Amino acid sequence: MNPFGIFITIGLYYTFSEIYSRKRVFILNPVMLTILTIVLILHLFGIGYDYYNESARILTFLLGPAVVSLAIPLYRQREYIHRYSKQIFAGVTAGGLVAVVSAVLIITLLGGDDTVARSIAPKSITTAIAIGVSEKISGIPSLTAVLVIITGIMGNAAGVEVMNALKIRDRVARGLAMGVTAHGLGTARIILDDEVSGAVSGLGMALNGIFTSVILPLLAIVLF
Amino acid sequence: MYRGLAIIFGFFFLGEFISNAADLMIPGSVIGMILLTIALFSGVVNPEWCEREAEFFVRHMSVLFIPPGAGIVMYLSLIKTELLPISAALFISFFATLLVTGKVVEVLR
Repeated sequence: MNPFGIFITIGLYYTFSEIYSRKRVFILNPVMLTILTIVLILHLFGIGYDYYNESARILTFLLGPAVVSLAIPLYRQREYIHRYSKQIFAGVTAGGLVAVVSAVLIITLLGGDDTVARSIAPKSITTAIAIGVSEKISGIPSLTAVLVIITGIMGNAAGVEVMNALKIRDRVARGLAMGVTAHGLGTARIILDDEVSGAVSGLGMALNGIFTSVILPLLAIVLF
Repeated sequence: MYRGLAIIFGFFFLGEFISNAADLMIPGSVIGMILLTIALFSGVVNPEWCEREAEFFVRHMSVLFIPPGAGIVMYLSLIKTELLPISAALFISFFATLLVTGKVVEVLR
């Protein structure tokens, strides 16, 4: 196996992470910058994506155990699950449905492609799960990954301000809304404001990941 | 370390096996995560057995979705033609999801 892909992935990610740790602005998101740079390199040097991907396959495979590992942070927040069970259950169900249905309907109404609608459907759940869900419902996992990251960056950059404008003030409501809408990147932002919001956001992310991956194959029958 | 990795990969394998055998539309990794969560809540698995390894995977998850993300290079022309519906869907759905989730929780408090 050629080490090219794994080298540029880790090398670029390390470089952009270092930059991000010094200048924490959302536009410098290291995952997004690494993806863009790799796209640029492949494009400029005429390197096929398959050649790159073949050699970076080990990393992609590890998404599986990483998703399984999400059980640990979910278990750690069990106290909040008990305390706010009703709100969390209702919020994840309502928010999870709105995220999927609104995105798919807008694509359809604007005459968008069916594959694009399938790829955008899981855009609010954590990338690792979204990629697997996209594959299962015949979307394009690569497109899904990028749309999920963009959604996360929106949450990280503007989620708090949008919730202020929408007059969502309760700390549990703010946390859950952020986690359900903008997964890990949103959680990383709201945790800076309030510890409870941060914990609930992490829960919202994990539970919406489960909810969406279970419900989307069923919704797919009516939506596409 | 090996106990933690054995548990995590064991649940991943179990999830994949169930997903394939029952021909489910749910990714095997998600089934593995659900089963591990149940195992933790029911006390079958002690969190101390695998938390260090799980934390490692969760903390470094971002680097793992760079290779699939870079696959976007094959769909640049599709994105160009679909730019308007994609942007509109991302923006409107973002506002709608924040609003509905937040308000539903606030109403119930």
